[in-house]
Amino acid sequence: MSAPRPNKRIVLAGNPNVGKSVIFSRLTGVQVIASNYPGTTVGFARGYLTIPSDLEVRPGAPFAPGERVEIVDAPGVYSLAPCCPADQVARDLIAGADYTVCVVDSTNLERNLNLVLQILETGVPTVVALNMWDETAHRGVKIDPALLERRLHVPVVPVVGVTGEGIRKLVERLDEAAPSGLPPLPGPERWRRIGEIVGECQELVHHHHTFLQLLSDFSVKPWTGLPLAAGVIFFAFVLVRLIGEFLVAGDIVIFRQPLLQLPFGTTFLFETAWVPLMGKLSILLGGGGFLHDLLIGALADGKIDLMQSFGLLTTGLYIPLGVVLPYILAFYLVLGFLEDFGYLPRLAVLLDWLMHRLGLHGYAIIPNLLALGCNVPAILATRVLESRRERFIAATLVSIAVPCAALQAMVIGVLGPRGGRYVLLVYLALFCVWLVTGFILSRTVKGYSPELIIEIPHYRLPPLGPYWKKIVSRLRGFLQEGIPVILLGVAAVNILDYLGFFSAVSVLAAPVVEKALGLPREVSTVLVVGFLRKDMALGLLAPMGLTTRELVVACSVLAMFFPCLATFAVLLRELGWRDLLKATGVMLAVSLTAGTALNFLLGL
Amino acid sequence: MPEGKDGVSRLTELDEGQSGLVVGFDPPGGVAVRLEAMGLREGKRITKISGLPFRGPVVVQAGGTRVALGHRMAARILVEPVE
Repeated sequence: MSAPRPNKRIVLAGNPNVGKSVIFSRLTGVQVIASNYPGTTVGFARGYLTIPSDLEVRPGAPFAPGERVEIVDAPGVYSLAPCCPADQVARDLIAGADYTVCVVDSTNLERNLNLVLQILETGVPTVVALNMWDETAHRGVKIDPALLERRLHVPVVPVVGVTGEGIRKLVERLDEAAPSGLPPLPGPERWRRIGEIVGECQELVHHHHTFLQLLSDFSVKPWTGLPLAAGVIFFAFVLVRLIGEFLVAGDIVIFRQPLLQLPFGTTFLFETAWVPLMGKLSILLGGGGFLHDLLIGALADGKIDLMQSFGLLTTGLYIPLGVVLPYILAFYLVLGFLEDFGYLPRLAVLLDWLMHRLGLHGYAIIPNLLALGCNVPAILATRVLESRRERFIAATLVSIAVPCAALQAMVIGVLGPRGGRYVLLVYLALFCVWLVTGFILSRTVKGYSPELIIEIPHYRLPPLGPYWKKIVSRLRGFLQEGIPVILLGVAAVNILDYLGFFSAVSVLAAPVVEKALGLPREVSTVLVVGFLRKDMALGLLAPMGLTTRELVVACSVLAMFFPCLATFAVLLRELGWRDLLKATGVMLAVSLTAGTALNFLLGL
Repeated sequence: MPEGKDGVSRLTELDEGQSGLVVGFDPPGGVAVRLEAMGLREGKRITKISGLPFRGPVVVQAGGTRVALGHRMAARILVEPVE
C-alpha cells in the first residue's frame, strides 16, 4: 500500500437493518453483502473514503480535502446498554470511533433516536443520516430535518442509500461533525426527550395501507402465512431449477413438456466451441500418456466426454463453469430477491415452532437457507444465534444435511438423467437427516437456547443496483475461491490416481463402503476427494457406471459425509478444535448410519 | 378474552388485531431491557398482529416497529387492553 494509513476512523452505527451496509458500499466502493433483514452484517467490514479534493472546508475542520479516512461498517444494535453479549462487537467499535455516522431508518424515527441519543451522549462527533428518506412519503411520515438538526446539535442529512441520493451531501457535511453536548440521561428520561423531539420534528399523516403492507400482515398470520410459505418455498425451488436448467441446456421444461429449446446454454457452448479444440489438443498429445490424461483425461469411444473424461481442461473446466456456475447464479437470483424483499424474517416466524424441535429458534432458518448456496457464509451467519449450543447445532446441521448449490447442481447433473424423482429422493433423505439429527442434537447438546426476538422489516421491492451487485459479488466468491480449488483438485486427483493412492484407499475402506453402503469400493475415493470440493467429487462418480440405487446412496452420503475444505476451515474458526472434533464425529456417525439405512430401504 | 386481575393481560392472551398499553414485564429485567431498546417499553401502545399456533411466536406492532417474539417472551409482557 502506497497511501499512508489514515488515522481517523468513522464508524457507521445504527439499529439493525437500517441500511448501514448499503451506505458503507456507497462511501467506500467496497462491496459488502446487504439484505433486508436484521443481522446481515456479522463481524464488520472496513474501507476507505477519500474526502473530495474540491470540498470547501471551513477553518478548523477535522478533515482536509483529499484526506483518506477509514470507514467501519458496524453490526446493528438497538442500545449501547450492555444487554446482550452478541452486540459487544458493535459497542466496542462505537466506543473506539473518532467520528460516527449514525444511520437512522426515517420511517421509524422514535426507536432509532434511542440509539442516536445514547451515542450523542458519549460526546463522539457525529453526523446523522436519515436513510430510506424516499420511503417516508408513502408511509405517511413527514420529518423536518432542519428542526431535528437544531434539536440534536449535529448535522442531519436525508439520504437514500440504495439510489445514492444525498450521499455526496453526507460526505460534504462530515467536517461539521461535532460533539452534540447533550447530557447523559437515564432511560425513562431519555424516552421522554425522544418523545418531545419526535413530537416537534415529525408529523404523521394518515395513509391507506399499501398492497405490500397488507401482504406483510398476511405473511405472518398462521392461516394465510403457512400456505404462502409453502408456496414460496416450492416456487423458489422450481424457479432455481428452471433458470439453472435453462442456463445449462438452453431449454425450459415444465411438467415434462419442453416449452423452449434454444441453441444456448453452457453445455452448448462447451460442446461447440471448446470440445473440438480439445479434440485437436488430444491428437497433438498423442491420444494418451500422463500429460494427456492430466489435461484431457480419459476418452470414451475416442471422444471427449465433458462429464467423464476428468482432465484438467475438460471436466475440470466444465464442472465449475458449465454446470455449477449456472446453478449458483440461479440460486442467488432467487435467494437475493427473497432476502431483499424482506421475506426471510417472516419465514423465521412461521417456522419457529419447527426450529425449536431442533434446539434452535426461527431465526436459524436464515443460515440454513444461505447454506443452500454455500455452507461457508451460512456458518458465519450462525453468529446471529446467541448461545454456543445453538451455534454448534446450526453449524453441524448445515455441514451435514444442507447441500450447497455446487453440490446440488452436480447431483442434478449426474443423477438427473436417471429421473427427477431420484434427485427428489436425495433431497428427501437429506431433509429427514436434517430433522432427525437436529432432534437428537437438541436432546443431547448441553447449554441453553434462547427465544426468538427479531424485528420484521417492511417489504421492499429489491433495489436493482444493490441486488445485482450482491449477486456479482457472490459469483465472484465462487470464481475466485472455488475454481482454483477445483482445478488443483482435478490435477491432484489425476496425479494421486497415477501413483496408485486411490487403489490403496479403496482397499482400506472396502469393508464399510461395500458392506454397509452397498457401493463399489472405488466410491471411497470419491468420499476422500469430497473433502476438497463436493462438486468435483460428484464428477468422479459419473464415469463409474453405478446403478441408480448406488448413485442415490453415493450422492446422499457424499453430501453428508464431511464438509469441504473451505467449510472445514470456517467451522474450525467458529467452533474451535473441541467442538469441531465433536461435529466431525457427528458427521461421520450420521452419514454412515443414514447411508446404511438408505441402502437398506432402497433394497426393499 | 381472558383477563387477569386489574384488567391486565399477557400479550399472548390478546386477540389478533387487539391493542394494549404495555404496563410491565413479568418477571422484570433481563430480556425486558432489550425489548425496551427495541421500543417495546412501558406506556407504549402496541397492537398484536398475529400469534402462531403450537406456542409459536407473537408478532406485535409498536409504533413504526414490527417485532416477533418467542411465546415465552411474549407471555412476559403485561398489557392493559384498549379498544
